[in-house]
Amino acid sequence: MPYGGSEPVPDRSRAPVAIKILIAGGFGVGKTTLVSAVSEVRPLRTEEALSEPSSSVDHLEGVEGKSTTTVAMDFGRISISDDLVIYLFGTPGQKRFWFMWDELAYGALGAVVIADTRRLADCFPSVDYFERRGLPFIVAVNCFDDARRYPADTVRAAINLTPDVPLVLCDARQRSSSRDVLVALVEHAVTLLSNGRHVTSAR
Amino acid sequence: MVALVSAMKRISVSDLDFERQARLGPEHRRLLESCQAPAAVADLASDLDLPLGVVRILVADLRELGLVSVRQPAPSGFSDIATLKEVADALRRL
Repeated sequence: MPYGGSEPVPDRSRAPVAIKILIAGGFGVGKTTLVSAVSEVRPLRTEEALSEPSSSVDHLEGVEGKSTTTVAMDFGRISISDDLVIYLFGTPGQKRFWFMWDELAYGALGAVVIADTRRLADCFPSVDYFERRGLPFIVAVNCFDDARRYPADTVRAAINLTPDVPLVLCDARQRSSSRDVLVALVEHAVTLLSNGRHVTSAR
Repeated sequence: MVALVSAMKRISVSDLDFERQARLGPEHRRLLESCQAPAAVADLASDLDLPLGVVRILVADLRELGLVSVRQPAPSGFSDIATLKEVADALRRL
């Protein structure tokens, strides 16, 4: 065999794999911080349909025909190899933004729901959403300096999280901590897949 | 959103007839330059500072003219365990 002893040649013929990971949570919970800690964060805008609640806020006089608005998302990219890239998308988790999540969630590996113990209720809609959609997710409690520390079990009980959903404590400002959050999500997805659960949400 | 767009190597704008060339705006041309190497729709939107929806329409125009090809990557939700483990290992090395 002419190539005896050499490393197996990686299969370069596979289709490029884009790993999509969603970062959810309320405003100011650390989504942007986490995305920028682990990846090069870049601005990304998307045009979205104007919803009823926003039409009472935005003045539409003179632009009654305007049916879309521009929403900024956190967008990060981690290139693992030429054909394997991780994309991070961060968007607000409020129910009013769910229409954006539907597209983001399609084909996604899973989601990280960031929680802040000072306003835990802000993460409920995101938890609800991913539970309902059957998308693998974990909860990452961002430990803010001035927030009281609670044991993971206490937070878990407060969110009423099912035992199979991992909950981790993190400091979104730290690269290593944010990286560990992503690792925890991927490992959770592997566990679900090993248990025979198909890790994707049907549209 | 993460579909890969690549400019066709064997055809360029100058190969199109006048009428077709006239359909291309400056944004089309900028987009075409940005995808000489395959690039994801989200990356293009960010690079060109255009909303995602706009980039999708421009890509569709360019595809219709045969100037780009679009490849849907395998959705990660359908990835096999080996790929996911590769991802976890790569993340740990970050």
